[in-house]
Amino acid sequence: MNLSVNDLNSMHLDVLKEIGNIGAGNAATSLAVMIQKKVDMQVPVVKILDVQDVPMVLGGEENIVAGIYFGMTGEIEGNIMVLLDMPSARKLTNFMMGGLSETSCEDDLSQLNDMEKSALQEIGNILSGSYVSSLASLTNLRVELTTPSLCVDMAGAILSVPAIQFGTISDCVLMIENTLFDGHQEMKANFFLIPDENSFDVLLQSLGVSG
Amino acid sequence: MQDIIKVGMADLKVVKSPHILTTLGLGSCVGIAVYDLNNQIAGLAHIMLPDSTQIKNNANKAKFADTAMEVLLEELKKQGANDRKLTAKIAGGAQMFALDNKSDMMKIGARNAQATKKILNDYKIPLLAEDTGGNFGRTIEVYPDTGILLVKAIGKGKTEL
Repeated sequence: MNLSVNDLNSMHLDVLKEIGNIGAGNAATSLAVMIQKKVDMQVPVVKILDVQDVPMVLGGEENIVAGIYFGMTGEIEGNIMVLLDMPSARKLTNFMMGGLSETSCEDDLSQLNDMEKSALQEIGNILSGSYVSSLASLTNLRVELTTPSLCVDMAGAILSVPAIQFGTISDCVLMIENTLFDGHQEMKANFFLIPDENSFDVLLQSLGVSG
Repeated sequence: MQDIIKVGMADLKVVKSPHILTTLGLGSCVGIAVYDLNNQIAGLAHIMLPDSTQIKNNANKAKFADTAMEVLLEELKKQGANDRKLTAKIAGGAQMFALDNKSDMMKIGARNAQATKKILNDYKIPLLAEDTGGNFGRTIEVYPDTGILLVKAIGKGKTEL
């Protein structure tokens, strides 16, 4: 049987939330080690959104955001995308670069230098790697990530990529929203888990919640 | 009073001058603007995928290049457009991310643009201008009175097609 995002019931959502939770926990720990600060996180929020509504959650279609995109290969195929709003991306790159980030000017958030881009890709690596390893250990499936691709552009344009991929099976997308704290600043990271049509079944079956 | 009518993802609309149509943040999707300049009517479809016949979940006609064009032409005619005087301009079809894998999905922008051109050709609607491809998002505005398609991109300013 073929399941789509529309068919997910509350049990499916709980399982995906749990993966999100463990993944975010791992991600917070790895980030904390990297930036040598304490990082707290809230319980992730799993949202099933109509493709039309996704950009609104992220401040509108023309709001500039950073997307870090990975291919998933192995027993689950598909893609995973980490999406950061620019203030969060800026804070995270600043932490990573020990405050040496050059273009810290708040009104020109879309201009990132190569170091900052590479720092963002690394942040994407840490966050999505933590997710995928929690996914792999919960499902006992082998999942690997390709090297990341970074894009800083309008939210609508970046979101068209997962929306199109989901679009072949559904009119909705699955988004996991994470909020991280370093004590006084809040950062938001959104995850889009985009399994291929067949991998979605594999994923739910291996979690024991199929149908 | 000029209204700016927004066309969302997998959506299509038709307006008469002085109103204009816009779609914000086109990525790999393609915006198809079809004009009847004599009657100052224009329609805009924001398609996500090239072909409805390849996909099971194809109820939303505005999502696919082939079915969106059918509906767009019907709507244009309903508003009084002359279907023998139509012209088109298109924008979008970018590849936002560059991944090494050879997945068809990554080249979806180019396939959307290609499918759109083929369908316009099938309907014998002349394509007067296009701004497709690249790796950046676009916001577009459709002006039914002048036939202008205005394209805006981050760091690239505005271009009139």
